[in-house]
Amino acid sequence: MIEARNLWKRYGDNVVLERINMTVAEGEFITMVGTSGCGKSTFLKMLLGTESPSSGELLLDGKPIPAEPGPDRGIVFQQYSVFPHMTVLQNVMAAKAFARNGISGYLFGNARIRAREEARTLLEQVGLGHALERYPHELSGGMKQRLALAQALLGRPRILLLDEPFGALDPGIRADMHELVLELWREHQLTVFMVTHDLKEGFYLGTRLWVFDKLRADPQAPNAYGASITYDLPVGKLDRATYEEIDDNLRPVGNG
Amino acid sequence: MKRLINQTPGAALNLMLGLLPFALLLLVYIAGSELRLELNPNDKLLPSFTQMGAAIQRMAFEPSKRTGEYLFWVDTASSLTRLALGVAIAAVIGLLLGILTGALPLIRAGLSPLLTVVSLVPPLALLPILFIVFGLGELSKVVLIAIGITPFIARDIQRRTEEIPAEQLVKAQTLGASTSQILIRVLLPQLMPKLIDAVRLSLGAGWLFLIAAEAIASTDGLGYRIFLVRRYLSMDLILPYVAWITLLAFLLDIALAWLSRRLFPWHAQGGRR
Repeated sequence: MIEARNLWKRYGDNVVLERINMTVAEGEFITMVGTSGCGKSTFLKMLLGTESPSSGELLLDGKPIPAEPGPDRGIVFQQYSVFPHMTVLQNVMAAKAFARNGISGYLFGNARIRAREEARTLLEQVGLGHALERYPHELSGGMKQRLALAQALLGRPRILLLDEPFGALDPGIRADMHELVLELWREHQLTVFMVTHDLKEGFYLGTRLWVFDKLRADPQAPNAYGASITYDLPVGKLDRATYEEIDDNLRPVGNG
Repeated sequence: MKRLINQTPGAALNLMLGLLPFALLLLVYIAGSELRLELNPNDKLLPSFTQMGAAIQRMAFEPSKRTGEYLFWVDTASSLTRLALGVAIAAVIGLLLGILTGALPLIRAGLSPLLTVVSLVPPLALLPILFIVFGLGELSKVVLIAIGITPFIARDIQRRTEEIPAEQLVKAQTLGASTSQILIRVLLPQLMPKLIDAVRLSLGAGWLFLIAAEAIASTDGLGYRIFLVRRYLSMDLILPYVAWITLLAFLLDIALAWLSRRLFPWHAQGGRR
């Protein structure tokens, strides 16, 4: 479904990504790990449409990915994903309004009543039924991300992009969120790309793990070469040795 | 003993320290006033509170001999009307310009340089032009206030629009939102409390332009009155008028702050993101 052909991304002389080649089939759940600044978030932004490739191609169903975000690709960021001036219920109802044609993004009459009922049902499902009238700043980090997920799925995306969505959460809550994401992935038959800085997360969540790292490095010019996908592993067949090997690569001794 | 930078006043001390300068100023004034009036009962520079009270009594609660109006209230009503009209016009235009330049790069490219230049024109220097073009009536005064503060509001709202995290705009787009839906549903509501903040900040300038315009050409208004009685050195009327203008400005500011808290609870409670 998604294909990259010799994809490069440069900012001026600074090469971020180089020689990315991959194909992803519908329904895969890919986690992406790598050191900070290795380009995994840039890659996600290219899938999202807010960044475009410098050279090479990034294709969705054989056509270049549109250069702006659209309803076929949902997104959850680490923060700022929900609208702070709307209650939980309004956040979800707004998502419904955005999906329809209209100038204002507000719903009126029957459409409004229907949207409210559907929003309520959906929020019960993700465990926010008790917080409908609260504003996002009154929610915990985990609840906020639940809301962001629920909202993202309302656009009925085929692809769900997650940019370190659970990075700011406590470990216990993170485990709950993993359950939720896996459940939603199966139920909605999504293709998921998730950026994480937690290798463990990448190791058991999803179906495929990508490690972004620089194959070539010039100590005199650290930005002369970009990162590419150095490991492309099916999740589930991973052994302890591989985990430690990658872990060592990402965090050289004495550096973390 | 803690360092001075670590010493914070308690609630009672805080209030006392806050009131102290007012009490001191008042004392100094009363002492100075009594001293001068003792030497010369006809002194006009520092009138006593009784004299000021009498002047206000005359202006506010007795009909004017010439027109039969209660001048103090007439002045207040016309000044507040001009100020409200001017500020309202500035707020609407400023909001529209700010949100459009802040959210749409094409419009920003077209209007931003102009806005920057216009904001550098000293509004009072335009006053003669306004009098020539719009005449000496209400319109020129309202236009002066509007022209004076619109650029500030527009540029402030533009900055606030740009400050809204890009993530929100991306998120809305992934939900299928169009440009107009994003402007109206995502940006506009978040900018309303910022608009109230900007209006609060620009009210000071609004009063300045109002009083300047009234001083130069008017037949009523708070600014007109104090510049009129200046000829007779009527400090007994000028001082209460200045205090009244200050009180009005203060009340307007409080009312706007209250309105903002009331209408936008998510903003007041720190829910900025």
